[in-house]
Amino acid sequence: MLEVKNLTKKFEDRLVLNDLSITVPDDEILAIVGPSGAGKTTLLRCITGLETPNQGEFFWNGKQFDPKNNDLIGVVFQDYQLFPNLTVMQNITLAPTMVKKEPLKEVKKRAEQMLTQLGLQGKEDIYPFQLSGGQKQRVAIVRAMAMNPKILCYDEPTSALDPALRDEVAKIILGLKQSEGMTQLVVTHDMDFAKNIADQIERVKALS
Amino acid sequence: MLNYISGIMPALLSGTRMTLSIFFWTLICSIPLGALVGLGLITKFKPLAWILNLYVWLMRGTPLLLQLIFVFYGLPLLKPYAIIFPRYQAALFAFILNYTAYFGEIFRGGFQSVPRGQFESAKVLHLSYPQTIRKIVIPQVVKIVLPSIGNEVINLVKDSSLVYVIGLGDLLRAGNVASARDVTLLPLVLVGIIYLMLTAVCTIALRMIEKRSSVWR
Ligand SMILES: Nc1ncnc2c1ncn2[C@@H]1O[C@H](COP(=O)(O)OP(=O)(O)O)[C@@H](O)[C@H]1O
Ligand SMILES: [Mg+2]
Repeated sequence: MLEVKNLTKKFEDRLVLNDLSITVPDDEILAIVGPSGAGKTTLLRCITGLETPNQGEFFWNGKQFDPKNNDLIGVVFQDYQLFPNLTVMQNITLAPTMVKKEPLKEVKKRAEQMLTQLGLQGKEDIYPFQLSGGQKQRVAIVRAMAMNPKILCYDEPTSALDPALRDEVAKIILGLKQSEGMTQLVVTHDMDFAKNIADQIERVKALS
Repeated sequence: MLNYISGIMPALLSGTRMTLSIFFWTLICSIPLGALVGLGLITKFKPLAWILNLYVWLMRGTPLLLQLIFVFYGLPLLKPYAIIFPRYQAALFAFILNYTAYFGEIFRGGFQSVPRGQFESAKVLHLSYPQTIRKIVIPQVVKIVLPSIGNEVINLVKDSSLVYVIGLGDLLRAGNVASARDVTLLPLVLVGIIYLMLTAVCTIALRMIEKRSSVWR
């Protein structure tokens, strides 16, 4: 269970998040919805340690954790941010081998499995520029999953995609819930998409 | 005529050796130094960035020829703190100082053009700063700066002839001496041909490096 308690974030004098608390039970999917500029990305960036909140505490299964330093959370960015100079496989294996010092062979084996599950078999040795947007996103998901996170965060996973691919993404997210028991936070401004995937919907309102 | 050419070739080749020696040592020192200066130019530690900006401004805002003369003829006049470099060292010192500034400016642009998202992506994967620099930033920067570095490399081949002014026996000097002594144009033509061959080799080498880094975009 992920708990965020009393999260407040200001940019200069501008209040973006005010005393916000959320709870996400294990295996569940929380959709964070709201209009553009409401602070959805900021909320996600606080949870993933990319912004420092002015106030707020974070707990995983009752134990407090530091968003900037934990191995609980994986992130799938809105623009994916794959490393363009590395192949698909290198993108995935880089962190597990360099950070966790896992043997390359094992990481590769797991990566192959996940790539195949997501229909990316045969793409291991090509570079990100050779992938479509949807494929990039799936590689970004596999890259995040390769670090074995407990929580996976997505910022606007449908915004850069062809509308026809929306259901594909929903299927992947729901699939990860089922097969991996992944707790997932999904920021979106697409209400239909949110209703499709979420166990719980958190509405973020613009404050100023 | 062939006899004449083979007669002056040893002198020209020895001059070429001097030219190449200035060329290589300048590159070997000023590319890594330039990368460090580039990082320094974008540091959040303002005094360092400020000093480096001043340095880059001085080096790029004054002629390399002036800098050479300044180091070799000027510094020894700096009584009572005269700094006396032998000719070759003076030339290298001035060239490295000058080219480091140009490379620094190129690298600054290179570092700035790596998107912030790449650093954030590395951060959420818990890569350390050195790991991020080595595996993500440097390969991307190298690709970005390669064409500009290439231009400077070609310039350096030709700029190296400026050492002539402090009396070093480089290729240009060897040709000039032969031409004046024998009252013929031929040595200068040969000098031109040798410079062309040197820049051609550099161009081909750079093309090959650029091609290797074009497997990704
Ligand atoms: N780094 C920042 N500095 C200043 N203001 C910011 C920064 N990041 C976001 N904001 C502001 O915070 C508000 C919320 O932004 P964001 O979280 O990106 O909204 P959303 O993702 O819901 O569209 C916006 O008004 C935005 O201008
Ligand atoms: Mg956003």
